Amino acid sequence: MKEYQTITEISGPLVYAEVDEPIGYDEIVEIETAQGKTLRGQVLESADGVVAIQVFEGTSGIDQKASVRFLGETMKMPVTEDLLGRVLDGSGRPIDDGPEIVPEERQDIVGAAINPYSREYPEEFIETGVSAIDGMNTLVRGQKLPIFSSSGQPHSELAMQIARQASVPEEESDGGEGSEFAVIFGAMGITQEEANEFMEDFERTGALERSVVFMNLADDPAVERTVTPRMVLTTAEYLAFEKDYHVLVILTDMTNYCEALREIGAAREEVPGRRGYPGYMYTDLAQLYERAGRIEGREGSVTQIPILTMPGDDDTHPIPDLTGYITEGQIYVDPDLNSQGLQPPVNVLPSLSRLMDDGIGEGLTRGDHGDVSDQMYAAYAEGEDLRDLVNIVGREALSERDNKYLDFADAFETEFIDQGFQTSRDIEETLEIGWELLSMLPKSELNRVGEEYIEQYYHEEDAEEAVAEAAD
Amino acid sequence: MSKAESTDGTATGVIQSVSGPVVSARDLDARMNDVVYVGDEGLMGEVIEIEGNITTIQVYEETSGVGPGEPVENTGEPLSVDLGPGMLDAIYDGVQRPLDVLEGKMESPYLDRGVDAPGIDLEAEWEFEPTVEVGDEVGRGDVIGIVEETVTIDHKVMVPPNALDDGETAAIESIEAGSFDVTEAVAELDNGVEISMHQEWPVREPRPTVEKRTPRTPLVSGQRILDGLFPIAKGGTAAIPGPFGSGKTVTQHQLAKYADADIIVYVGCGERGNEMTEVIEDFPELEDPANGNPLMARTSLIANTSNMPVAARESCIYTGITIAEYYRDMGYDVALMADSTSRWAEAMREISSRLEEMPGEEGYPAYLAARLAQFYERAGYFENINGTEGSVSAIGAVSPPGGDFSEPVTQNTLRIVKTFWALDADLAERRHFPSINWNESYSLYKDQLDPWFKEEVAEDWDSTRQWAVDVLDEETELQEIVQLVGKDALPEDQQLTLEVARYLREAYLQQNAFHPVDTYCPPEKTYLILTTIRTFNDEAFKALEAGVPVEEIIAVEAIPKINRIGVQEEYGEYIEELKSEIADGIRSLY
Repeated sequence: MKEYQTITEISGPLVYAEVDEPIGYDEIVEIETAQGKTLRGQVLESADGVVAIQVFEGTSGIDQKASVRFLGETMKMPVTEDLLGRVLDGSGRPIDDGPEIVPEERQDIVGAAINPYSREYPEEFIETGVSAIDGMNTLVRGQKLPIFSSSGQPHSELAMQIARQASVPEEESDGGEGSEFAVIFGAMGITQEEANEFMEDFERTGALERSVVFMNLADDPAVERTVTPRMVLTTAEYLAFEKDYHVLVILTDMTNYCEALREIGAAREEVPGRRGYPGYMYTDLAQLYERAGRIEGREGSVTQIPILTMPGDDDTHPIPDLTGYITEGQIYVDPDLNSQGLQPPVNVLPSLSRLMDDGIGEGLTRGDHGDVSDQMYAAYAEGEDLRDLVNIVGREALSERDNKYLDFADAFETEFIDQGFQTSRDIEETLEIGWELLSMLPKSELNRVGEEYIEQYYHEEDAEEAVAEAAD
Repeated sequence: MSKAESTDGTATGVIQSVSGPVVSARDLDARMNDVVYVGDEGLMGEVIEIEGNITTIQVYEETSGVGPGEPVENTGEPLSVDLGPGMLDAIYDGVQRPLDVLEGKMESPYLDRGVDAPGIDLEAEWEFEPTVEVGDEVGRGDVIGIVEETVTIDHKVMVPPNALDDGETAAIESIEAGSFDVTEAVAELDNGVEISMHQEWPVREPRPTVEKRTPRTPLVSGQRILDGLFPIAKGGTAAIPGPFGSGKTVTQHQLAKYADADIIVYVGCGERGNEMTEVIEDFPELEDPANGNPLMARTSLIANTSNMPVAARESCIYTGITIAEYYRDMGYDVALMADSTSRWAEAMREISSRLEEMPGEEGYPAYLAARLAQFYERAGYFENINGTEGSVSAIGAVSPPGGDFSEPVTQNTLRIVKTFWALDADLAERRHFPSINWNESYSLYKDQLDPWFKEEVAEDWDSTRQWAVDVLDEETELQEIVQLVGKDALPEDQQLTLEVARYLREAYLQQNAFHPVDTYCPPEKTYLILTTIRTFNDEAFKALEAGVPVEEIIAVEAIPKINRIGVQEEYGEYIEELKSEIADGIRSLY
């Protein structure tokens, strides 16, 4: 291993050094400063005689006399089952004063793409216990379903609730306990306080022993954030596809990750894309999100719930926009619903789970699930529209039919969505509440529900009550 | 992709620098678009720029760990696809490497590097049956025999277009029926040319044709809003732009499943891995509505998911359209779905920016419009060089950032395509699927396709459609007023119009892709649903004139049954009964 003292330029997070041997793209570099501090970095560009190095810990303290060592390999993550229960920093080094980690394997953190032919289509329903998700935007094993939120919203609470409650009921009925998920938590640039909340919840519920926590906090080097999610996903893939775990990956906050990408792009003087983010951000994000899934012949699965805060609550911003094009749906946390005190404040209308249709129905959840969900979507959307109108003309000016939809929309929020962060509802309960709400509408309005299900589940009394009320 | 066997012009260079998918090499003797093998691992790449002694290469595989000093080997051939039997029921990556074969060769579910495989199985044997005899004169492109490629499709073995000059003919010297693999000669011409079932064709060059004709037959999709309001022709072009979650992929899948084309080429360009898996798992089990055979028997899949190398994403569109053109040459109607052309454009942008080219609008290269136009121009209804007629219909999904249709990819696409299916996030939010906005969408093929619909479906096809469009237009105007004053403030006839329009939206425009019956709606049913709603409309307005209040009319019990027509398998009888029930119900009010 050759050492160089040939740094020619230091700019932002980048260091340029002259070399006299070929250096591979993406290779790992160690830089030792005159003070004896060792910093790690990665080769971003390799040309004859000169390489550009991105330094994870930031370039402060590096001078032109610092020595540069090329390790001759790309970045690796030491993986072992013993990682469960451990807390690591953003580069995968333990920070919990626990014993040293003895790796079983060292895996390349830039995961190779899964061959689409080798994938297995995700269709096992995950019961999160949250009605807004289970009922309306069902999550399945191997899905990537981000939470679109904005600053100041309780997205962390929702993520914790999912991590705490998620199980696969199918296995419960087979006599098992319902398999729990191994949770891998990747924090990128979140504050110490937020991190503490997560850690406390992990410890309180005893979830820590089936979790691996990676912490890159707000005051940790930004550039390190570009490797944290790769470390997380490499660990997840190892546990899922080699050790048969069902892994739930929570990444927060993807916005900070993208900011770090932009910082590096700017330092390299690249041609910027939309809003200054690099043109390759779609590809880069895809390389993270696409590492969710299931593989034929392997027991485990990787399910991803990335959290991102939308700048200005604007979902056309490049970060949520590109994410939405890659992930299999999205869950919106809504500031208005939050200020009304709904827990969780999920706005189902723009939310979506693309894999829902294959994960629900007869034998998976219940035969009427799809119809109920569609009908509630349509009815809630109609009620929402009418609210604008009520503000102008008042309720009296609306027809009886319209009033029913308005009542439905109100009840949908208070009964169905607002369940509290501590309550877990099973799917039967969620659908039962759904039918209670749908029974506020006359049968003839339920044009998306199969006639046989109306027969079976529709609450006749409620309809009569509603009629009686309307008559009063 | 085949390893080129030609040795002419082969040369070896040395890597000078590596930056992501772009590698530059010096001392390489190469032409533009030559395929090269990069580095010790032999990663496949293509020459995209030559400047002095420096050749720039886009690499179709991950370049981690590749460094300066490693060799680059030129094959001296442009990027080509292997054409021959075996392309149907196959799944390829962006440079036509079969993904199932790669899985076996790599012994891993992950895509490794530096592994190559031919696009068609070179060892599989096919039963060849000649259609010409010894002594027959054949020209380029002429069919000399057939092979049963799948239960649905007879593969026609043709004289390669580059084997003879235009207009030149040669006599068959020998031809034999029997079992052959694709590399063996099945016939010999008197000028010494041997013909096998295998051809190669450079992907960036359109296959030759005689002329492009005006398409006059619709590509029937079984989707009401498409067939009924915005039809596309066989040989036509269409764009489906929409923000995420608006149903681009479901619409593309529906077309791939139910469009009445002979061959479907589905290109998953930079999209989700699980979506391709869904196709791989579903299509072999789904039935072709035309003949009941598995859908895969007429389908060729190209999957370059978003996390696969970006350069191969750039090439996958070309790989797809070249395969489509090959089947068109056999006289088939081919439909190509590209999901999504925006990812393709972004791949161009990414490579362009690595080359430090001067960017055009929003960072896209200045040649974006030209590339899009070249792609869509390869679609069309053609007279082939062998005298047959065939078509390639191209349907491209577009993923505009933020759902804003004013961005360059959407705008440049709209300048070329003649059918526009605008997806609408607002409709998707209220689960109105397919969420195609009927006010914004258009089809410029309507007039040239009407004669077909009049002949095959109903004489008043066009006037019925126009009636529906008028009602929907009126609804849009009325809705603006309703937003201000409420529905009850409108005069009764307008309230009735709103009610009719509601049924148009719910029973006609909406269609449930996940319902076993509703997912496919033949044109006749599409027409009959419209006439049912029209019956309601006509009867209701007569009753209104006779003084019946609008609440009483719309309370007639039979009317909501209109919404159930879609899910009826035996729709003919159901509709007949429903029409008379509606008429009787309304007439009984006065």
